[in-house]
Amino acid sequence: MIDTLRLTAEDAKGLLERREVSGPELFAAYLEAIGERDPELHCYLHVCEDPGGDGIPIAIKDVIGTKGIPTTAGSKILQGYVPVYDSTVVTRCKEHGLRILGKTNTDEFAMGSSTENSAYGPTHNPWDPSRVPGGSGGGSAAAVSGGLAPWALGSDTGGSIKQPSSLCGNVGLRPTYGTVSRYGIVAFASSLDQVGPVARNVRDCAYLYSVIAGRDPCDSTTVDVPSVVLPEADGLAGLRVGVPRELNEHEAIEPGVRVAVQRAIELCRELGAEVGECSLPRSVDFGLPCYYLVAPAEASSNLARYDGVRFGYRTPHPEDRLGMYKRTRDEGFGDEPKRRILVGTYALSAGYYDAYYGQAQKVRTVIAREHADAFERFDVLVMPTSPTVAFELGGRTADPLAMYASDLLTIPSCMAGLPGLNIPCGLSEGLPVGLQIIGPQFAENALFRVGHALEQAIGFDVVPERLR
Amino acid sequence: MPEISREQLLHVAHLARLELREDELARLEAQLGDIIAAVSKVSELDLGGVPATSHPLDVVNAWGEDEPRPCLSVEDALANAPEREGDYFRVPPGGAS
Repeated sequence: MIDTLRLTAEDAKGLLERREVSGPELFAAYLEAIGERDPELHCYLHVCEDPGGDGIPIAIKDVIGTKGIPTTAGSKILQGYVPVYDSTVVTRCKEHGLRILGKTNTDEFAMGSSTENSAYGPTHNPWDPSRVPGGSGGGSAAAVSGGLAPWALGSDTGGSIKQPSSLCGNVGLRPTYGTVSRYGIVAFASSLDQVGPVARNVRDCAYLYSVIAGRDPCDSTTVDVPSVVLPEADGLAGLRVGVPRELNEHEAIEPGVRVAVQRAIELCRELGAEVGECSLPRSVDFGLPCYYLVAPAEASSNLARYDGVRFGYRTPHPEDRLGMYKRTRDEGFGDEPKRRILVGTYALSAGYYDAYYGQAQKVRTVIAREHADAFERFDVLVMPTSPTVAFELGGRTADPLAMYASDLLTIPSCMAGLPGLNIPCGLSEGLPVGLQIIGPQFAENALFRVGHALEQAIGFDVVPERLR
Repeated sequence: MPEISREQLLHVAHLARLELREDELARLEAQLGDIIAAVSKVSELDLGGVPATSHPLDVVNAWGEDEPRPCLSVEDALANAPEREGDYFRVPPGGAS
């Protein structure tokens, strides 16, 4: 009997290698779990048949292009779109024998923090289905926590891997910008988008990162990446941990979140790390407005390709070409992409460019410099990933600015192109709290080391209480 | 910072090739005004001498060998076309821009 709620990818690999479980048996176990729980959780937009082979199954966020498998990015405008080529990350997964279980739900074009912006309906949190799983990668995070996949790929622009992992109680990595290819990914904001792993523990997360990372001739923003070291040690001697005041004391942070994160910081000290305070004075207050200019501006450009000409939805019976563009886009896009396209177009338009987009790019430099200063004294920085635990479905949908604030603490390091790891560090009101560990560029191994040591010390049970 | 007027919203929507319905206009007008007001906070900082960051890595150009490689076939390129005619994407005639 395979317990898909507890089985790690590393365990699965062992079972397959020792021939205790066959490839088809393992894949079938996940399909059974999906059949049982996905009607309630709605993690998947498309479920695949077993492609054969003996590799570990994996779930793929639906913004990641998969040859021959529908890829919608959670949007009606891509309904029925079937890519004719694989994204590089999917090619790499297949080269490692990984088998695609299906495509996971996402806010439309990865724009959102709750997965409620999906044109195909929301995903529900496995810990409490009346609550959101976070977003935009709520489908991948909920699939891993709900035992519907051993691990998954997500994508992160301003928190879309880390924040859902926090709300669902699992491990998610947003890698350093440039370490993972975006070739074949539905683009949202190209100076920010990164693909990364979601897993049940830090070792699986590190392993999956090693599978997808590396220079890709098809994505000229990628660079050579240091070898990945799977973490083993359980101590943190010699490590310097910084605690940025503004990201740990912000008024938006719920008391239960603060307590769990403070306990994890205390554990760093007990494990031998040197812990000290630091300050990122402008990164929090200006990070959110900076992000919500830069990301929509880039999105307004990237989403120009959805014009009803070459792929995707086209309005029926257009009277002329201009009308076809306009009505196709009005009918195909949901509210959030429209809002961001309009904000981005406004911010880039003549007369406003310098005051908005130009100024936001300068703020970005300020945020990067503040982080660089902190890393002169510290190896990693720690803080909550999300200021709150999972919120009620519908709780923030009427107010875009309230929804945007969900990413308050994940955005600053994203703007600086830094890697960040979420690990679960406790419960508040019976729901998972996530600790965010940020490092300098290309410091993924340090994040894995800290995450693994803390994970051992915390002993968090990743299986949602109601499913145990 | 200015609120977004109906006229501005319609102009921006035209630039973005979005035909907004009347019910959308009413909703978006208020929401966009709030969003623009919130993001205008970036103007509070005096950043005269600060350079802009367009990209988080110090990467300038990535050169590849100029060698022919296989690319998508015509059939693959047209596989998702909403409407095709022969080896072309078919579209309606152009309208006023």
